Amino acid sequence: MAKSNAKLISLEEGGFALFLVLLAFVCLIVAGKTFDQVMAFHAGIGALFAAASVFLIFKNYFDDGGEVIPAEIDGKPNYNFGPVKFGSIAAMFWGVAGFLVGLIIAMQLAWPALNFDLPWTNFGRLRPLHTSAVIFAFGGNVLLASSMYVVQRTCRVRMPGKILPWFVILGYNIFIVIAGTGYLLGATQGKEYAEPEWYADLWLTIVWVMYLLLFLGTLWKRKEPHIYVANWFYLAFIVTIALLHVINNLTIPVSMFSTKSYIVWSGVQDAMVQWWYGHNAVGFFLTAGFLAIMYYFIPKRVNRPVYSYRLSIVHFWALIFLYIWAGPHHLHYTALPQWASTLGATFSIILWMPSWGGMINGLMTLSGAWDKLRTDPVLRMMVVSLAFYGMSTFEGPLMSLRSVNSLSHYTDWTIGHVHSGALGWVGYISFGALYCLIPWLWNKKQLYSLKLVNWHFWLSTLGIVLYITSMWVSGIMQGLMWRAYDALGFLEYSFAETVEAMHPFYVIRALGGALFVLGALIMAYNLWMTIRHGEAEEADATPVGSLAPAE
Amino acid sequence: MAEPHNKEIDQVSGVETTGHEWDGLKELNNPLPKWWLYLFYVTIIWAVVYWVLYPSWPLVSSYTKGVLGANQRQEAIAAYDKGVADRSEFADKIVATSLEDIAKDQELLQFARANGQAAFGDNCAPCHGSGGTGSEGYPNLQDDTWIWGGTLDDIHTTLQYGIRTDNDDARIGDMPAFGRDELLSRDEINQVSNFVASRAGVETDEGVDLAAGKTLYEDNCAACHGENLEGIQEVGAPSLMSANFLYGKTLKDIKAQIADPRNGVMPGWVDRLDPATIKSLTVYVHSFGGGQ
Repeated sequence: MAKSNAKLISLEEGGFALFLVLLAFVCLIVAGKTFDQVMAFHAGIGALFAAASVFLIFKNYFDDGGEVIPAEIDGKPNYNFGPVKFGSIAAMFWGVAGFLVGLIIAMQLAWPALNFDLPWTNFGRLRPLHTSAVIFAFGGNVLLASSMYVVQRTCRVRMPGKILPWFVILGYNIFIVIAGTGYLLGATQGKEYAEPEWYADLWLTIVWVMYLLLFLGTLWKRKEPHIYVANWFYLAFIVTIALLHVINNLTIPVSMFSTKSYIVWSGVQDAMVQWWYGHNAVGFFLTAGFLAIMYYFIPKRVNRPVYSYRLSIVHFWALIFLYIWAGPHHLHYTALPQWASTLGATFSIILWMPSWGGMINGLMTLSGAWDKLRTDPVLRMMVVSLAFYGMSTFEGPLMSLRSVNSLSHYTDWTIGHVHSGALGWVGYISFGALYCLIPWLWNKKQLYSLKLVNWHFWLSTLGIVLYITSMWVSGIMQGLMWRAYDALGFLEYSFAETVEAMHPFYVIRALGGALFVLGALIMAYNLWMTIRHGEAEEADATPVGSLAPAE
Repeated sequence: MAEPHNKEIDQVSGVETTGHEWDGLKELNNPLPKWWLYLFYVTIIWAVVYWVLYPSWPLVSSYTKGVLGANQRQEAIAAYDKGVADRSEFADKIVATSLEDIAKDQELLQFARANGQAAFGDNCAPCHGSGGTGSEGYPNLQDDTWIWGGTLDDIHTTLQYGIRTDNDDARIGDMPAFGRDELLSRDEINQVSNFVASRAGVETDEGVDLAAGKTLYEDNCAACHGENLEGIQEVGAPSLMSANFLYGKTLKDIKAQIADPRNGVMPGWVDRLDPATIKSLTVYVHSFGGGQ
């Protein structure tokens, strides 16, 4: 911290500071000139964020005199875990918030009075808030944090940059804030899972490219001869999401001062691009990314080698080659040409085994250590996540077939399918990773309470089972009611009658959701107590990065 | 750099590792599971067969049609045409038969009710309720109170052209805004409202000059609502003799409707539903019990 040997500010610090100063000015001008209140609010957030970041960059520079943080201390890599810690806590926070909003909208469907007749609280605005909060805020922070951890550990090197990792993790979370508040205030593109408006998209693009550079930079500096399988999956996730995001969000803003924009695609092309994006958000965000987590945390937790190197290679390349074709199965029996629909369905069927490759590799990694399932609820959570992954990646191809889809499409069956993947697979593997990461990051011997993990596991498993089964029954019933004809050839049921019939299942679903939320709250408490009161690890623990400007 | 290849035998499984290690993680050199690989092949073969049978791959300006000649657009059109054809025997008969005579043919009546019920559930129930019991602002179709008439022909006309729509044949009849347009003073509205309330059996304010209200009624309201408050259906002026009002049943509601009235709209269905369905709906609604 000596100021006497102060160095000149680095190119990285200066570059980021300059960019952020410019950004702050642009935001201020937009905020001042706009007629759009949502834009004014968001530009204000942008200006505040940019100005605060510039302040922190300079404060940090003056505090440590521009000192370079050593990449190694005593021959051991000096890992940078500050941003990982931030991402883990952000994931916990957004997770609980996102699940809670999910519970609220589940109850709104059962009891519509809970919409309160207010624009900000109606289902139409809260639904994208829920999906974005759980996928991008919770899932995204788990992916960012775990990838920064895993890539450093498996490359045995500190990730590059002093500001860059913080820019990525904080910039991403600012995107979440802009997106979420935008939905509540009514700013939306109306594209499912891609609702944020043009300026939020633009900002995410910048953050994402920086993330890609950070990840590639770490791989480039690696001290291991080979690249670990988890990092292939992380890289596939980062690269493909960049591609999907940019192409699906090619919009032309009405003006620089307006939140509103219009997409360049039109008609069935727009629908096809949207579901090419939508399905691959599932494929590369929610599958490839979380398979990367699986490939690090499961072998690490059971302390066994990965079952098959060859399987990991074959299923990786098969998965990323095949997933990108499957989008059209979201548009069966629409204006989409039949050939595209057939192609999407057949590729979805071929995708079945490549998807299961990850499950097999994860489950078989436990061979010789199955007994640990009895004693380790964290491992049990991750193994059950693979079971749900296997189940939903079997159900998915099944539902992609036109004949099955004609019954399942637009019904709650789809919602049940999505949640067996989302709650069971993505949720559980993330919980497992967080339960592992938090003690490692804060140098704690173990979690505050394994008993609470057990409670979390059983409560949320019961919740997931209630959720999925109620949606199966209600979805299939709904589909059958829609297509029921009477003897004279008229529709047997009106739409309102099908809605009435689904009410009991909506109540069961909300109950399942409530159990899941309860489990997540127990997790948040447990992790918080681990950080605050967990027993410290021995002194020879891995050194932790010293830079933490935003903590 | 670590040793590039440091193979060893895993003690538990007896399988060789690949010799790589990352942060303590190793990989076994197990082959692909046989069942996995063969199932993978099966799905690929299945897909290829499917591609041969059905339209699947895009070409420069066309696509592979498939040997089965399947065409989902044509199939959908054929299925729709078949549905229409299956029903056309009865549907044509309904169009050709007068509303009164439909009820006389049991088979035809059954068909009309089934058709009407299906159409009612998706088109009418959102406002009038699943059973046609209505709610405030949306008339009850089960009772004897009809604003525009409850005979088969009246209901048919209302269904076809709607109320206060753009259609030239629509039912038009606006209640004047006596308060908003300052046709009557506040006191006068109070008096006439109390007069109507007293006749409809609604609780009135105390000390209001009902005789003055009666005079005001005769001068301003009777032309449409009738000398004896019996209502005139031709102009859509409801009977005021009982409190079965569309927009609320209290004195306050009566005052509101006189001062700043709501003139509700019902869509016309002539451009949206086929003639047989509209006729069927007429018969169905008429059969609720209130039909005249």
